[in-house]
Amino acid sequence: MAQQDPTTRGDRVLEVTGVSKSFAGVHALRGVDFELCPGEVHALIGENGAGKSTLIKVMTGVYRPDAGRIRFAGEERHFGNPLEAQAAGLSTIYQEVNLVPLMSVARNLYLGREPRRFGVVDVRRMNRDSAETLARYGVEVDVTRPLRSLGLGAQQMVALARAVQIEARAVIMDEPTSSLEPREVETLFSVIRELKRQSIAVVYVSHRLDELYAICDRVTVLRDGEVVHTGEMAGLERLQLISLMLGRTMSAVRDKGSTAFDTARHHKREGVPALRATGLTVRHRLHDVSLEIHAGEVLGLGGLLGAGRSETAKAVIGALAAESGTVEVAGKPMRRRSPAAAIRAGVVMLPEDRKVEGIIPNLSVRENISLAVLPRLSRAGLVSRARQDEIVDLFMERLRIKASGPHQKVCDLSGGNQQKVMLARWLCLNPKVLLLDEPTRGIDVGAKAEVQALIDELAGDGMGVLLISSDLEELIEGANRVVVLKDGRVVGELEGDGVTEHGLMDALSSAPEPAAGPEQATAEEHQEHEG
Amino acid sequence: MSSITWGRATLDRARIRHVLQEYGVYAALLLLFLVAVTLNTSFLSVGNMRAQLLQVTPVLVVALGMALVIGTEGIDLSVGAVIALAAAIVPLYLGYGFPGMLVVVLLAGAASGAVSGTMVAFARVQPIVATLALMIGLRGLANIINGNAGKPVTDSTVAALGTGNLLGIPVMTWVAAGGVALVGLLVRRTTFGRQLVAIGDNRQASRLAGLPVRRVLVTVYVISGVLAALAGVMLVGYSAESDPSTVGLNYELSAITAVVVGGTPLTGGRVRVLGTVAGALFMQLISAVLQQHNIHQSYQQIIEAAIICFAVYAAQERGTR
Amino acid sequence: MTPNVAQSTALPPDPSKAVDPATVPLRERLASQLQRRGAPAVLVLVVAIASVNSSTFPTWGNISTILVGNNFVWLLALGMTFVIITGGIDLSVGSMYALGGVLGAYGAQHSGSLMALLLPLAVGAAWGTMQGLLVARAAMAPFIVTLAGLLGARGLMQAISNEGGTTYLVPKNSFFASLGSGTWVPLIILAVLFALGALLLARTRFGATLTAMGGNENAAVLMGLPVARAKVLVYMLSGTLAAAAGALGAARLQSGVTTIGVGYELTAIASVVIGGTLLTGGSGSVGGTLSGVLLLGVIHNLIDSNFSQYGSAFTDTVNGGFLAVVVLLQTLLRRTQHLS
Repeated sequence: MAQQDPTTRGDRVLEVTGVSKSFAGVHALRGVDFELCPGEVHALIGENGAGKSTLIKVMTGVYRPDAGRIRFAGEERHFGNPLEAQAAGLSTIYQEVNLVPLMSVARNLYLGREPRRFGVVDVRRMNRDSAETLARYGVEVDVTRPLRSLGLGAQQMVALARAVQIEARAVIMDEPTSSLEPREVETLFSVIRELKRQSIAVVYVSHRLDELYAICDRVTVLRDGEVVHTGEMAGLERLQLISLMLGRTMSAVRDKGSTAFDTARHHKREGVPALRATGLTVRHRLHDVSLEIHAGEVLGLGGLLGAGRSETAKAVIGALAAESGTVEVAGKPMRRRSPAAAIRAGVVMLPEDRKVEGIIPNLSVRENISLAVLPRLSRAGLVSRARQDEIVDLFMERLRIKASGPHQKVCDLSGGNQQKVMLARWLCLNPKVLLLDEPTRGIDVGAKAEVQALIDELAGDGMGVLLISSDLEELIEGANRVVVLKDGRVVGELEGDGVTEHGLMDALSSAPEPAAGPEQATAEEHQEHEG
Repeated sequence: MSSITWGRATLDRARIRHVLQEYGVYAALLLLFLVAVTLNTSFLSVGNMRAQLLQVTPVLVVALGMALVIGTEGIDLSVGAVIALAAAIVPLYLGYGFPGMLVVVLLAGAASGAVSGTMVAFARVQPIVATLALMIGLRGLANIINGNAGKPVTDSTVAALGTGNLLGIPVMTWVAAGGVALVGLLVRRTTFGRQLVAIGDNRQASRLAGLPVRRVLVTVYVISGVLAALAGVMLVGYSAESDPSTVGLNYELSAITAVVVGGTPLTGGRVRVLGTVAGALFMQLISAVLQQHNIHQSYQQIIEAAIICFAVYAAQERGTR
Repeated sequence: MTPNVAQSTALPPDPSKAVDPATVPLRERLASQLQRRGAPAVLVLVVAIASVNSSTFPTWGNISTILVGNNFVWLLALGMTFVIITGGIDLSVGSMYALGGVLGAYGAQHSGSLMALLLPLAVGAAWGTMQGLLVARAAMAPFIVTLAGLLGARGLMQAISNEGGTTYLVPKNSFFASLGSGTWVPLIILAVLFALGALLLARTRFGATLTAMGGNENAAVLMGLPVARAKVLVYMLSGTLAAAAGALGAARLQSGVTTIGVGYELTAIASVVIGGTLLTGGSGSVGGTLSGVLLLGVIHNLIDSNFSQYGSAFTDTVNGGFLAVVVLLQTLLRRTQHLS
């Protein structure tokens, strides 16, 4: 693609200098510099928690930065909200289509700015103009149909058309292709190239590396709230890019890591696996994922953001409906999967988002811990206080849960202790298989170490453990084996000595992106899975 | 240094708010009672106390069920209609004796609750709509059963339930007290009760923890229906007649008011049984005091409306929703 | 700000790169059609059957009874449509109807037709605005706020009418009375208001904002729509319409009846839902509500003529059953449309 190097242009569309932002003492952004030139497509990437979404929110005015300056179109600006930003020429399109699904396409396109005649909305003109505008984007649809009747790709186009209609100078695209078919992605790219021709800049946030290489000019990598690299896209090797994202230098292979895992622990696989999942398929999320967990083994599930790790765990216990696939526990197949059935079979899952899916915030530590095991503690419907106290005290001690007492409300505990309460809830059930989704996310160093040591202990006692972790070191040191996921598919497996950071990154970077995408998603299905 | 004092000041304000939310209704009730007695010493007379209890008890019984439903983040608008249905059934089955009649009536209440609950839990209809449909339909059904007329009911047991006294306290109040104890026990000590509260607080987490969410939801509406039916029998006993077109009118509003004033949040996750009792008594006292001072019914209603708004506003958690 | 079409990005249309809209499965299309046209279809069916089976039904006298015999209560459903489409609810309209009636009669008796109209409108607007402010600014649930409004408005009505003791009378020959009397004037008033309402909802920015709020409030805020203001306005609209309905009803009855209005909000909600408006908001139409009120009105009429021994009780049962069926259908259809 021959075009002038946008970085030589002197006038920057957007200049972010030294921006920092913290929430309750936790740094989300630290001294971030970011600049956007007219007509360039600038990739913004980083793993979960790296600060991408915070940076975008600071740029568009959702948050005020604690420090630093923002200049937009040459002027120092601090937008008060995304509307102001949009009015000034900085639009955003999000991963979830932020439009109104039940209203017609035309209405969505013109909502708030409908053409009027004698004070009344000129529907005919609105429809005509919408059809024309969308045709330019290669979308030929009946604009009077409700938005949700369109495929997600078309919906994204509508969102994009809306964002760009208002004299935009820059558009931020936050994961725009996560549910698009390759053909739709191509259409999106044509539109982006057209935007470039008009000197409209694009901030492109995505974790799909192939796309980044296809469309982006420059890239900025965020990690732990800091910028670790800014430069040309073309000159950056994939392996280098991944290692920048994950924070590993390629050469260093440490003998002893900084996690609390016993790295010398080995495991021999023998006998019937404690859990065997075969061919799990969830529309647009998982494609034919299979894995086995043996008793006493820690199986790691590795992959980048959006690879389908949480979905795999949820599909196994039945929290997510799978189109096809089977799960066997110690050789016995689970017929109808649901969280309750999984618990009965001895398979439990620690969910990723403890705030939304985990803790019952206004109940006590005691009640949260005993929530799932309550029926076993009761006789004739009445909860036996004594047995409840017994089991709660046992686990509070074993996991060293720090609270003012078992009666403290769980929402008042620190993140680390909340996580331990969640773990206690599942351990109460004496499970055979434990699926852990980000067990040490958002907790302090001390609690992290305790949880890691606990995982070792549990595996040592014969429990089968699935470990999902975005902390590469934790994953590599904690797991005996690692199954690598990419875009919903298993792309590799690491065993024994091959379980290294390098091995994982290799598997991720060399795997081809899926050739034929899954069937086109409609918005509702997408929302169902997102929700 | 200043941050520490600032911190402590905020803590104090939060604590004050917390104390108010927890004990406000009891304090208000006590205060109101004192005011009532001060204004009119004959308020304490046995006759008056009894009259107050007779009026508040049926509301309380219904409110107990309503509190459970609200605890799951739901609502039951059909309770007034269930009362009417119960009232219509009473004269029909008196021939089977009081126990027989009672069984049929309570079953009818349970059935109504089962329909609502199934719509809410399985068909995922919103509680307000599901119970609204029943509310409209059931009262009509009750009137048809009764042939659109009031029927006198003179059975002695029913009358005893409605107007009789035991040790100076109305029989129905004893029954209600038993109900309060049972529901309190249910909420605090049974698996069902704890699951109910968890489901109201965080349904998604409860589902992932393997709780029988749908079963609990249906059961909660069934309980509400049964309690409403019981209240219907009480009201029939009290008025010695069964008139579905007037009995139980607006009871759903009174029940919701009692629950809300008593501090049970509409967003679910907590059931305050004693608070509901206090709420019901409080509203009854307001009504009694205003009436005794010849304040018009109209102003009573306006005051009630203001109290509801205030109670809900005060109970709202700042910034968590 | 009308967008300049010329400034939109220009892309040579490439048919090979056109994005196919998802072919909507037959089931979903059927479901959507059923929701929108179900009520009118049933209405036509019922009217047809009734007209064939009865000689009294299709007479102008009977039809006019259906159309204007509701004493302007249908206007409650009109206002309710707007509130429900935003995802809210207004339980106070029944009490507002009674209040409006008493105020109208009071104004007519003590002053004149102007006051008879202004007073209810002003009070209705004020009350509605108050409710709207509590919902929009204090973030209180519409259910509770309008429930309190129901009680408060009824109280106010009784206060004004001496606990229901005083029934104000509307002078027979006043302009105000003429608004409600006969068949044609009320009919025209109803028709005009419904037409205006339909226009407001479907063809103005305000209506689009309301619908967007109900469909996806977050998106509506992000799109820059004046959501908070619209919330206040919609409750003001509902309150004003309800009070106006009551006033016109009083004009027709020529007195401010204090015992009416109880439960009217429920019938209004039922009419709106039966007419195809989703209770969760985001989708609905005034036309649908019109079908809803007509359908319930026809059913009431039929029951009155044929099952008069059961009276309103039977109507209630049928209404309740209807509502349950419609709502179940709506929910089941929503699930096939993957909306929840």
